[in-house]
Amino acid sequence: MNRTSHPILSMVASRVGLGLLSLLIVSLVIFFSVSLLPGSYASAILGQNATPEAVAALETRLGLDQPAIWRYLSWLAAAATGDLGQSFAGRPVMAVLGPRLLNTITLASITAVIAVPLAITLGVICARFRGRFIDRFLSTSTLASISLPEFFVAYLMMMIFAVKLQWFPSMAGIRNSMDLGEQLYRMVLPILTLLLVILAHMIRNTRAAILSVMSSPYVEMARLKGESEGRVVTRQALPNAIGPIASVVALNLAYLISGVVVIEVVFVYPGVGQAMIDAVRNRDVPVIQACALIFATAYIGFNLLADIVSIVSNPRLLHPR
Amino acid sequence: MAVEPSPAVLEIRDLRIEAKSSDSWSEIVRGVSLSLRKGEVLGLVGESGAGKSTVGLAALGYLRPGARASGGSVRLLDTELLAIPEEERRRLRGTKVAYVAQSAQAAFNPVHRLMDQITMVAVDRGGLSRAEAEKRAVALFTALQLPDPQHFGARYPHQVSGGQLQRAMVAMAMICNPALIVFDEPTTALDVTTQVEVLISIRKVIEEFGVAAIYITHDLAVVAQIAHRVAVLRYGEVVEEAPIASIMDHPEHPYTQSLWAVHEMPANDPAAEGASAAALLSIERLGARFGTFEVLSDIDLRIGRGETVALVGESGSGKSTLGRVIAGLKAPSGGRALFDGAALPPKLRQRPLDLLRRIQIIYQSADTALNPRQTVRAIVGRPLALYQGLRGAAREKRLIELLRMVELDESHAERLPGQLSGGQKQRVAIARALAAGPELIICDEITSALDKVVQADVLRMMIGLKERLGVSYLFITHDIEVVRAIADRVVVMQHGRIVEQGEKDRVFAPPHEPYTERLLASVPDMAVGWLDRIIAARVA
Repeated sequence: MNRTSHPILSMVASRVGLGLLSLLIVSLVIFFSVSLLPGSYASAILGQNATPEAVAALETRLGLDQPAIWRYLSWLAAAATGDLGQSFAGRPVMAVLGPRLLNTITLASITAVIAVPLAITLGVICARFRGRFIDRFLSTSTLASISLPEFFVAYLMMMIFAVKLQWFPSMAGIRNSMDLGEQLYRMVLPILTLLLVILAHMIRNTRAAILSVMSSPYVEMARLKGESEGRVVTRQALPNAIGPIASVVALNLAYLISGVVVIEVVFVYPGVGQAMIDAVRNRDVPVIQACALIFATAYIGFNLLADIVSIVSNPRLLHPR
Repeated sequence: MAVEPSPAVLEIRDLRIEAKSSDSWSEIVRGVSLSLRKGEVLGLVGESGAGKSTVGLAALGYLRPGARASGGSVRLLDTELLAIPEEERRRLRGTKVAYVAQSAQAAFNPVHRLMDQITMVAVDRGGLSRAEAEKRAVALFTALQLPDPQHFGARYPHQVSGGQLQRAMVAMAMICNPALIVFDEPTTALDVTTQVEVLISIRKVIEEFGVAAIYITHDLAVVAQIAHRVAVLRYGEVVEEAPIASIMDHPEHPYTQSLWAVHEMPANDPAAEGASAAALLSIERLGARFGTFEVLSDIDLRIGRGETVALVGESGSGKSTLGRVIAGLKAPSGGRALFDGAALPPKLRQRPLDLLRRIQIIYQSADTALNPRQTVRAIVGRPLALYQGLRGAAREKRLIELLRMVELDESHAERLPGQLSGGQKQRVAIARALAAGPELIICDEITSALDKVVQADVLRMMIGLKERLGVSYLFITHDIEVVRAIADRVVVMQHGRIVEQGEKDRVFAPPHEPYTERLLASVPDMAVGWLDRIIAARVA
């Protein structure tokens, strides 16, 4: 096999290219949709009573008198190096968002590390014991947890574990001054809430993906070879269901970065979501743009990863004739 | 192939199996009794739906979901399979009794290497170490004449050909040296030339390892080469069981006789005027490609009015693609086509409605070619309205005429395809093609999915229709029997090229082109000993 022309490399390269292209389009939308908003940056910063001269001076300082396409390109170039510009409050956007992003990533990572293996295991168990008690129980409870709005789940958690049992604090306002144990202790309830929300999706989809290959002839063949039902599910069906499982996992991981806004607000957790709510309240456009760009990058990145996983898990592509 | 008396490997007594259809249980196996000794091969023949596979799987103590055993006994060696718990039956599968499925392509798991799948049972439950199991697998690969036996197992299922994969499945069945193997139509999905190779391999390992086997097939010529005894199944019952030689020469039960008769379909007399008739379609230097891959090159073909041209070749030889190019479904990459003296536009879109009417196509699988949610009336009525402009009573009258032509009647008009048998569905597809009033019908393997008996009826009907209506057929098939029965002229294709064409009698009479020779020699004779002669000829 010729390593340089391996079809997988070119497929992966083209997926990465497509991902970058979508990111570019998203950045265009983010940048120009903000300029559709009424009023200019400068008058928004200076307030309604600003003189036209002051507005013009600020526009020159911020580079807003340049042509839009030029501004977009320099914004994009800066964003690519991690510089997301100045917030209206005068601080660099990254200084505002950086620590928040770190908090969100911490929360998301801990949740993901617990959720993904747990969801796949439970999904496999449901598929193995389909129609039995454990399957029905999990199917019903996951359906219930999908149907409930996440803020409601959050308040439910708070009521049970913070108010009634008083095991965990209801506020997850962590600070750098706290030690790690204290920070983790405060994060328990948000993590639990997020787990309930994303586990449900992943369990159901894992189960469905496995069951859809359970009717394949090779599954019947494995049974005719006397393989036990558990091994039929884990060895024969699961490897063939990796693609669809990877894509639902990717969607849920992306949700962990961007969709946690509500959870962060409910628990007063100092993450990107909170920052975005604050920015929207203050009309701090550069921060909103930065948040949108971060969320879009997370979505596109995780989906790209899922695509690559499903390409690599396909033996026809990994081992061409 | 003498069989010395020895204790029974398998003893099935009065086996009854029920299947659930909607809400009630109905019996699909009705009191079958069979017995097999060591080294013996029992052929199980019958049409689809006769219960062959159900009986075969019951020998493994396995029932498909939705089926249950309602009586009788299945005794494997010393174990009554129906009396022990599923967990114990499971342990016998793969070790004491093994299964070879019809389509190896579907039965191998695409994500695991062949060696892992083949040795799995031996390592898990056969008491062999991995190295021992792999050594045995390589020995089996060698016995099965697989290429490069040392490294064959390192490949994935999609990396080897269909015939090799089928042999790999035989190796998988043999790995624990079972007492019994159930072969469920193991060569049905293969081309004739590949089938011979697989048959030779199967025969070889059965004899070498002295395993007992049930060989399920609907092809009598194949069973004549492999089996010592044959049991004929119909509607879940054994109607006749006899040693192979006597049942081939003197089938006793009327149903067996009818199966045998079908296989000896009379050859038609080629239309005498076939060669001189005006050309309806003539193609010169036609080519077609998928991307950069050339599927058809340099095709010269002529179909006369009222003539049947049979297009034969293996799967992948480009037969169906040629049919699709003529029908306008695929644009050619070059060449010229004349239909009734006028240039045939390459693309469907460029063809006027009347030209579309004159060329119709019928597909192999009526199951997928008919809309399952339309009644027969809607399916056949649509081309009547579209091409003939018929409305109301006139259309209804023509519809019933057409249904009668394909040996159905007005009572079928209300039905949905799901309420028809396989043969009836194909008749509806034929009626739909005829409704347009075509001059050329492209028949793409239209009888391949049908049982022999139904196939014979459909072929007879097609011959009758041609004589009545004067249409021309381009009959795409891989079945030489079908060609003998229906063709005026024969075109042999290989690798996207025509290797030979001419009057049927000339193509089928020696001397042959080398490929035609191989194709014809690969078709099993309906006689015991054909495979022995092939094997002997190879050794010599």
